[in-house]
Amino acid sequence: MILARPRQVSSILAGLGGARRLAVIGCQECVTVCQAGGRKEVSCLAHLLRIAGLKEGLPLMVTEATVARQCDTAYLAPLDPLVEQVEACISLGCGVGVQFIAERYPGVPVIPGVDTVGGGGTTAPGVWEERCAMCGECVLDQTAGICPVTRCAKSLLNGPCGGSSGGMCEVDPDLPCAWEMIYRRMKERKSLDDLRSIRPPKNWVSSRSGGLRRVIREDAMR
Amino acid sequence: MSTGPQTDKKKNAAASRLEAVLRAGIFAVTAEIGPPKHADGTRIRRLAAELKEYSDAQNLTDNQTAVVRLCSLAAAVHVLQAGGDPVLQMTTRDRNRIALQSDLLGAASLGIRNVLCLSGDHQRFGNHPEAKGVFDLDSVQLTAAVRRMRDEGLFLCGEEIKAPPRVFIGAVENPFAGPVELRVLRLGKKIAAGAEFIQTQVVYDVPAFSEWMAAVRAAGWHKRAFILAGVIPPKSDRAIRYMSRVPGITVPDELIRRMERAADPLGEGRRIALEIIRQLRDIEGVSGVHIMAVNWEDVVPELVAEAGLYPRPRISTTQGGGDSDAAGH
Ligand code: SF4
Ligand code: SF4
Repeated sequence: MILARPRQVSSILAGLGGARRLAVIGCQECVTVCQAGGRKEVSCLAHLLRIAGLKEGLPLMVTEATVARQCDTAYLAPLDPLVEQVEACISLGCGVGVQFIAERYPGVPVIPGVDTVGGGGTTAPGVWEERCAMCGECVLDQTAGICPVTRCAKSLLNGPCGGSSGGMCEVDPDLPCAWEMIYRRMKERKSLDDLRSIRPPKNWVSSRSGGLRRVIREDAMR
Repeated sequence: MSTGPQTDKKKNAAASRLEAVLRAGIFAVTAEIGPPKHADGTRIRRLAAELKEYSDAQNLTDNQTAVVRLCSLAAAVHVLQAGGDPVLQMTTRDRNRIALQSDLLGAASLGIRNVLCLSGDHQRFGNHPEAKGVFDLDSVQLTAAVRRMRDEGLFLCGEEIKAPPRVFIGAVENPFAGPVELRVLRLGKKIAAGAEFIQTQVVYDVPAFSEWMAAVRAAGWHKRAFILAGVIPPKSDRAIRYMSRVPGITVPDELIRRMERAADPLGEGRRIALEIIRQLRDIEGVSGVHIMAVNWEDVVPELVAEAGLYPRPRISTTQGGGDSDAAGH
């Protein structure tokens, strides 16, 4: 799923630019799972905004709404009457949701209520970890199922840098070194030889260097 | 005296003084110069003029610890002008494959004949921790790219290079980052990618280094690349304690205690470095030492002299020709 974390209320307020009638719009998918943008968080943020407004003597009118999926335009239509009434929207969906809402209501400013992090999952109660940077050309088959693009701070493809120490990454002593993890798993699988071959430079076009990426499935077109 | 790799079928003449010294089987000395955080090259030139008598080549670090400094390419030109043999350090942290290949062509055109390929310290440690790290290539891929440019006359994209860069190719390894098996495996990868000399992380823990070297010898890597062990003379007890906290560096407690007890820390630091150099010379497969006395470069001459590594051999190379030299290769 997509991981996101809540933004500071102060930075959301700073983005309002004088708007007083607001809609806070949540999403029932990923952001609900990572507790950043579901129904609960919508109501919580709406309260915080109302309180902040009162404190500054500028009461804010905040309406709450949550859709099944912000990254699917079909689910946005029911928002039409609501958005007509407001001066700004705060989307608690991931960056995709923010953009789809902004696209549907080009005249209404949309403020992101969360910072979108990437593809990840729950690793412990209250802990969500990124596992995929969505690079568009997966190498997991060559790295024993551990993603070096995401987990290595330098996205190295040919083994660890010189900074790992006691199995931990040089950027953070609490982060395991991705390459030591890959090494251990390959050793366990008795496939260390796979680690010996030199991986050529990666094609980053499929990652973040080629503009908008598209997935087109003709068989799914109607 | 160490016997390292002797020949390289592809080439008949040494690219650099450093290569010539190593191929002659002479225990080599390289010294590091840290470029300043300003635009004045006077100190680099002065140090290079001094160090060239006491070392075979001089490394120019590339924005070391991710702190913005005078660039290694310009620093290497200062060294050339002072008559030294620069080792141009190149990290993949700050430049993509276009910039790296371009810098290599530029360096070779100016007569720089040694290149050291590394990934670089993460930008988080420098003075611009919010920077976007590039890491388009990794150090193994950069090594392979330089080798391909030189030996096959091809860019990474496969296009032909009319006048290929003529350089001696180096890489780095940290024997202490563990596990030994993984470190030796990665060293092998760098050598397979084209590294001809290897400079290591600083050695304070000689027994641990010996253990790594034994694994290196068992794999036969010392016969395929020259290994230069890193040495940093500790300047004070504070400095050595700081080192002991750097990820991937191990410092025996005894050395820290010696520095703490020392009445003359500078003298003690020099003595420690001297002892380490002597021990390193006795390890089979070690072809030289790389002295990284950054901010204390002045200690290098006495250290090298006291270690019995002075004078450095006179060796003639075809070095320094710049354009014409590269074109003739
Ligand atoms: S290699 Fe790319 S696609 Fe595969 S898990 Fe890593 S970031 Fe995701
Ligand atoms: S320590 Fe490991 S995970 Fe961290 S940057 Fe180096 S290789 Fe990558």
